[in-house]
Amino acid sequence: MTAPLLDVRGLSVAYGRAEVVHDVSIAVTQGALVTVIGANGAGKTTLLNAIMGLLKARGRIEFRGADVSSVALESRVKAGLCLVPERRELFADMPVEDNLLLGGFRRTRAERSQTIEQIYARLPRLKERREQLAGTLSGGERQMLAMGRALMARPTLLMLDEPSLGLAPRIVRDVFHILTDLRQTGVSILLVEQNARAALEVADYAYVMELGAITKQGSPTDIAQDPRLVESYLGLGGNEY
Amino acid sequence: MDGTIFLFLLQDGVINGAVYALVAIALVLVFGVTRVILVPQGEFVAFTALTVAALENGNAPPTAWLLLALGGLAAISELVRHFRDLTVRRLVRIALFDLALPVALLLLTRALAPMKLGQVANILLAITLITPMGPMIYRIAFAPIAHSSVLVLLMASFGVHFSLMGLGLVFFGPEGTGTAPLSSQSFALGDLVVTGQSVAVVAVTGLLLVLFAIFFGRTLLGKALRACSSNRIGARLVGIPTGAAGQIAFALAALLGAVSGVLVGPLMTVAYDSGFLIGLKAFVAAILGGLVSYPLTVLAALGVGFAEALFSFWASNFKEVLVFTLIIPVLAWRSVYAPHAEEAE
Repeated sequence: MTAPLLDVRGLSVAYGRAEVVHDVSIAVTQGALVTVIGANGAGKTTLLNAIMGLLKARGRIEFRGADVSSVALESRVKAGLCLVPERRELFADMPVEDNLLLGGFRRTRAERSQTIEQIYARLPRLKERREQLAGTLSGGERQMLAMGRALMARPTLLMLDEPSLGLAPRIVRDVFHILTDLRQTGVSILLVEQNARAALEVADYAYVMELGAITKQGSPTDIAQDPRLVESYLGLGGNEY
Repeated sequence: MDGTIFLFLLQDGVINGAVYALVAIALVLVFGVTRVILVPQGEFVAFTALTVAALENGNAPPTAWLLLALGGLAAISELVRHFRDLTVRRLVRIALFDLALPVALLLLTRALAPMKLGQVANILLAITLITPMGPMIYRIAFAPIAHSSVLVLLMASFGVHFSLMGLGLVFFGPEGTGTAPLSSQSFALGDLVVTGQSVAVVAVTGLLLVLFAIFFGRTLLGKALRACSSNRIGARLVGIPTGAAGQIAFALAALLGAVSGVLVGPLMTVAYDSGFLIGLKAFVAAILGGLVSYPLTVLAALGVGFAEALFSFWASNFKEVLVFTLIIPVLAWRSVYAPHAEEAE
């Protein structure tokens, strides 16, 4: 087997003295959609932020075969690592189109104009709203824009933090549809979700994170059949989102 | 007060206001990108005027030595901060920008100053000497604490202000001086005598504001700077290096300060400590603009300039007090109705 695209080994993150992620190891292979599920406060967001470089961490982060653990965030973006954060972090007082163009800040002008057309083709809603200020978009449109902005960087690995949070069920379906669609184009995806049912449906491989540590990993079908996990995360009734 | 006096006051107000506008948009820019309230912005103004004055007298301005001193400090600060991850690229950058550039400018000024090359050369040389101080100051004082709270950054900013005042006294001495007017011509417009100097002030300010609007509205770099002030985390996530953005913002602020210095030099006697009051009035305008809006800031700066002209006619002893008092009702009104810059995180 070839080396994974992203290989995180023994990653620990602390806020001051309180360690919130303990010795986590995960891997994403080229072209895969990997999900990390877990309850609120399990450390999933912290894990993604540390991989991206927003937070200092101990441990080894290998991306495309190179150790990036001491590499600045902007160089990680250039190398093809991209994060769509839980809070979207859009440029609210700037138009949709400027948000997208800035997403390609690390790319050449030609790459930017080519990629933006592809994104407009994939997410026509953004094209309709290109002149509109990002802060005036609806929740679903904001999520689309956050994903579009990340794609402008032409990522090799796209990391998404709770893309379904606060969205109506129909829009959640759209978002997941886009994710599976993206994977067809060769982008690898690391997806962090509380909406475990939806995440497990689209993933190739899954990790379960509890209290800052990985407690179980395996194929989504295995995870979905674990009785304890079914009770904790998948619920007994239907999809709560 | 009759119409003629009003027109004179208006002219005065517009000239003052134009200078405040340049200083104020520098404050808004720096605050947006780095969350630093740039107290020492006025020092750029004063030091530039003093530099031009020295060059007019055929003296080598001490500014070049000041630049070298700041360059040395910036180099040391950079070396200490990046002790563990020093790269050849960074070393080359430090050597070129912090050491070679000040030395080259020092030699250049010493060679050119006695030649008395004339006004344009003096102004360009002064601006070239002042502008690199911006990024140097950023790297000395603010880059190491870039992620601190606004309050910590403000205290550091006051520290820089007091240090620069001290350095200004050492390098320039306590004497105040003025510079030659940009244009000694004047023409009559009805009852009003318009001086060439005032036309120059308004024209230069207008041109700079238009260039800035184009830079921030049309270029990717300008948009990236705006993105830093719009959403810092978002800006980092798309790969905008926020440290470099801070340095660019400081360079632009120093440039704007230097141009303001060129413009006010002929209008008033400038000493090493004259900048603070100019900066403070510009700060009033920046606050009125909510520290976010450039057009509002320019409008407020013109308002502050005009108010100052009116107050100096009515109650010249109290003009500063009255100008600063203006901020209270406007702030009260704005705090209820207007959007304002919120501290992220």
